[in-house]
Amino acid sequence: MTLLSVQGLNVAIHGTPILRGVTLDIAPGQIVALTGESGSGKSMTALAVMGLLPQGAVATGRVMLGDADILTTPEPALCAMRGRDMGMVFQEPMTALNPVQCIGDQVAETILVHGKGSRAEARAAAQDMLARAGLPPDRFPLTRYPHELSGGQRQRVVIAMAIALRPHLLIADEPTTALDVTTQAQILDLLKGLVADFGMGLMLITHDLAVVAGIADRIVVMRKGEVVEQGATGDVLRHMRHPYTRMLFDASRHRVSLPPRPAPVPLLELRNVVRDYRVPAKRLFASAGRFRAVDGVSFTLHRGERLGLVGESGCGKSTLTRAILGLEPVQGGEITLDGAPVFSGGRPNLDVRRRMQVVFQDPFGSFNPRHRVARLITEPFHLLDNPPDRDTSVAEALRAVGLSPGDADKYPHQFSGGQRQRIAIARALIIKPDLIVLDEAVSALDVSVRAQVLDLLADLCRSHGLSYLFISHDLSVVRSVTDRVLVMRAGKIVEQGETETVFTAPSHAYTRTLIDAAPVLPDWQDTPDPDPDRSLANA
Amino acid sequence: MNRNLIIGTALTAVFVLAALLSFVWVPYDIETLDIPNRLKPPGGAHWLGTDHFGRDILSMVMTGARTSIAVALVAVGIGMGLGVPLGLSAAALRGGGLDEFIMRGNDLIFAFPSLVIAILITAVFGPGAVNAIIAIGIFNIPVFARLTRGAALGLWGRDFILAARVAGKSAGRISVEHILPNIANLMIVQGTIQFSLGILAEAGLSYVGLGAQPPMPSWGRMLAEAQTLVSIAPHVALFPGLAILLTVLGLNLMGDGLRDMLDPRLRVIRA
Amino acid sequence: MPSLRGMGYFIDSFTVTACVIPRHRLRGDEPPCSIRKPTGQAAMIRYVLSRLTSLAISLIVASLVIFLVVEVAPGDPASYMLGVNARPDTVAALRIELGLDASKPQRYLSWVSGMVTGDFGTSYTYRSPVADMIGDRLWISLPLALYALALSTLIAFPAGIYAASRRGGAGDTAVMGATQLGIAIPNFWFAMLMVLVFAIKLRWFSAGGFPGWERGFWGGIKALTLPAVALALPQAAILARIMRSSLLDMLGEDFIRTARAKGLSRRQALWRHALRNALIPVLTIIGLQFSFLLAGAIIIEQVFFLPGLGRLVFQSISQRDLIVVESVVMLLVFAVITVNFIVDLAYAAVDPRLRTGR
Repeated sequence: MTLLSVQGLNVAIHGTPILRGVTLDIAPGQIVALTGESGSGKSMTALAVMGLLPQGAVATGRVMLGDADILTTPEPALCAMRGRDMGMVFQEPMTALNPVQCIGDQVAETILVHGKGSRAEARAAAQDMLARAGLPPDRFPLTRYPHELSGGQRQRVVIAMAIALRPHLLIADEPTTALDVTTQAQILDLLKGLVADFGMGLMLITHDLAVVAGIADRIVVMRKGEVVEQGATGDVLRHMRHPYTRMLFDASRHRVSLPPRPAPVPLLELRNVVRDYRVPAKRLFASAGRFRAVDGVSFTLHRGERLGLVGESGCGKSTLTRAILGLEPVQGGEITLDGAPVFSGGRPNLDVRRRMQVVFQDPFGSFNPRHRVARLITEPFHLLDNPPDRDTSVAEALRAVGLSPGDADKYPHQFSGGQRQRIAIARALIIKPDLIVLDEAVSALDVSVRAQVLDLLADLCRSHGLSYLFISHDLSVVRSVTDRVLVMRAGKIVEQGETETVFTAPSHAYTRTLIDAAPVLPDWQDTPDPDPDRSLANA
Repeated sequence: MNRNLIIGTALTAVFVLAALLSFVWVPYDIETLDIPNRLKPPGGAHWLGTDHFGRDILSMVMTGARTSIAVALVAVGIGMGLGVPLGLSAAALRGGGLDEFIMRGNDLIFAFPSLVIAILITAVFGPGAVNAIIAIGIFNIPVFARLTRGAALGLWGRDFILAARVAGKSAGRISVEHILPNIANLMIVQGTIQFSLGILAEAGLSYVGLGAQPPMPSWGRMLAEAQTLVSIAPHVALFPGLAILLTVLGLNLMGDGLRDMLDPRLRVIRA
Repeated sequence: MPSLRGMGYFIDSFTVTACVIPRHRLRGDEPPCSIRKPTGQAAMIRYVLSRLTSLAISLIVASLVIFLVVEVAPGDPASYMLGVNARPDTVAALRIELGLDASKPQRYLSWVSGMVTGDFGTSYTYRSPVADMIGDRLWISLPLALYALALSTLIAFPAGIYAASRRGGAGDTAVMGATQLGIAIPNFWFAMLMVLVFAIKLRWFSAGGFPGWERGFWGGIKALTLPAVALALPQAAILARIMRSSLLDMLGEDFIRTARAKGLSRRQALWRHALRNALIPVLTIIGLQFSFLLAGAIIIEQVFFLPGLGRLVFQSISQRDLIVVESVVMLLVFAVITVNFIVDLAYAAVDPRLRTGR
């Protein structure tokens, strides 16, 4: 029995084809994962199923939910189906809720808008659903506003809203991508439990193959608007019949080979670094409080070493980064590079500054859109008293990151995300710094591009003897490109050590929680089918 | 090119050209009174008719354009010249005492509508076009300061500014090199809107006698003089008002068109 | 920064919309909400107190600015009042009577303390209390501005909502075209045209003058109707545009998509979710418009021969009766600052993030 049956779905927006011949089925109680890189059409498929395609989109084919074809159902009937027969959870919990309406009203609205009960009944049902979604009424009364909740809690509200009428089909579009790894694990558990309890079908859209492997009954791999491969999870992972699937999995599991590190000579040293922020007082007439974002952090990064820094959002990683770069003063302790302070006499120390560079996360925000590549990557020359010849340095730097010297005259918008990240690395390399800080430098990239950029880093370690501080929330990436790792939590370094040791035998409870929560890709390729009955049943 | 921009630029150009032409040629000398030909309706020798002194209204509207455009243009210049640097510094020192001071000062000026500033200034120094310019100019400062600060703050949080800071560039240099070029579009669009508001404000001030003084011709004063004649010669009041309407409309359309062309996501201040 | 918060609602025009999936987590290492959030009620009281402080500071600074500007005016009021032939000892006596012999700080303090108790000083020209002169006239200018504000809001809200709900359609285009004209029209000229049509040709209204409130409320309202419409329409045009663009911004937000996913129609999502959020910037503009309407009222009074503050202030300027000008200007500024304070409170009513601390 199928719940949802998509047959030959084509979608074009203003004549540009977005989806081509997408076909997939979802049965009640089944979790089907749609996966693929950016532009693969995963989200558009979900919107087509919800009947929420953007204006200007033309869809052909059939999207059968029960007996109704979504594509031919008129809008008023679709409104009646949305929320009742199908619910949806979105990627960004921070913006998915109406900021000026309390959470109880927002959940109750699902019931009220479908006329499934009085106001009082709806509120009672909302309370039950919020409790089921993990927000018990004693701690999270209905009168809470979204801004009073964390990202994970807001996502629970969105889920409660989507399941309030127990729809047959739940669509979750990257529901955990914006969340921390420990929260992600909880939300995935919740979704899994709901599917089991309510017998819903779940369409889970995610780019993260490790998540897919852990939760899905079936996998649908998409690329550029087409389904390249689909089947039962174990079957797809074991055989990977399509080369794209194989590439995707290889890239996700990619391990770079780092050159051996030289004998330890201290380069960057932090001793008891403290960074405080002023915050508004908690009570009326109380003096302003302080928030300690970085609390007594000490570590040493040696020359030629690749050091990782992991932690969840809000742990103080970015604050620490800015302090190391000398962009902000610290309130205690000291940060030195080769013994010289990065921040002295109330201002950044330029002698030190010229020996450090940084690569940021967002490949679209790191460049002034009005400047050409040559001007962008030579910006650090400002730090040098006698900058080297511009043209040769530009050509050299671009070649080092795998671009051509001819790219120097282009504007940043002419490059893809991965290429831009290469340009950002070129900008960091051009003054041959002793240390590069990579601040979530590969987090916004697709897995295949990410693998290439990580390889580039390893190459540069070999050719340039690079030392870097690699800051990331992504444990698997940190594990693959660092020699040693620091684990940060609430402003403190709770554990540090050799990367492999920390990952295989974590000594701090928090580190263990992090590692346990992070989904891992199983290596099923070479193992025999563990449960042939199950994969047959789902096929 | 979009339609708004074409219509707006054409309308604006007509009045700017008329103003420029009036320096070298107008149909009739506006300083010569021709009482026998007073309050002639439009047509014949006087396309737009004559006023109560027999002066040619077309010639007066052309010469009046000079005053309106000059006052509004200089006032926008004052507002931009002072407001943009203030906004840039406030953003560069965001959260600091000077930022607070600049923004508080801005709020204070917002509490004095341009007419109130003009009343204060004329009460003390007497009425005149220069004082009108100062009053409108002062009022423009916080508009540009606020807009600049808001836009610049958005940019200061961006990674490319952080990269420039890592490259050791000073706040001032970053403001000029990175922030200013990225907010230029917004300033051009807002400048057009403030220009049109300046023309409206000048007309209002001249109408109540706080702006251009005789013999300087001005659309606002023409309307003030026409007020008692509305019932017997509506055309005397019609044309100067239409001139204001069309110039302001032209500038607004131009502003909208420029925004659509440069970046439709720009958000300007309209008040 | 009071009231103009929404003004800075310049929405980052440089936001990159290109889709690098997955958008990945926000990197903000901001302290978690629970740490920086004060408790609800304290936050609300703190908010009101901070707005009140800001109100008081604005009033003090504004009064200082006005006082100092008037101080630099050339000429001595006492000699001006007595004429050129007055004897020096008479002038000196009048100076003492008017308190002009005191030091500047003393005079500032007595001016301010006088205003607090309702004593605005004595007119140089008429030798009568300024408070009495202002009193009656204020009850024309202030109702006119409020009347216009109400009209502007009543016209702008439906027009803006209508245009936003029919984005790109014929109705939207028509409303936007009308607002384009409305913004460009000088209100005093529009007032003259209305006098021509409704007073002179149709004779529905009188061409000017004011019967006085004591002759009946509706007579007063009728006399203020044409002036209020003239004032309101251009402001309504601006407000309708803001309402529309603010609504359209909100309709593009994620929470509208969430609302649609739970079964709300486009129209329901607009009314139940977009509207209240869209009000936040609109409130700012309403606050700002009040100051324009008050100033505009002064000009419009000239068209309709209304004996309001405008008449008084222009008369006083020509007679160099600076103490009257000073008081009227202070009163106008006081009204503007107070309205912006009320707008701040309205913000808190609309936006729970202000009530409970962000």
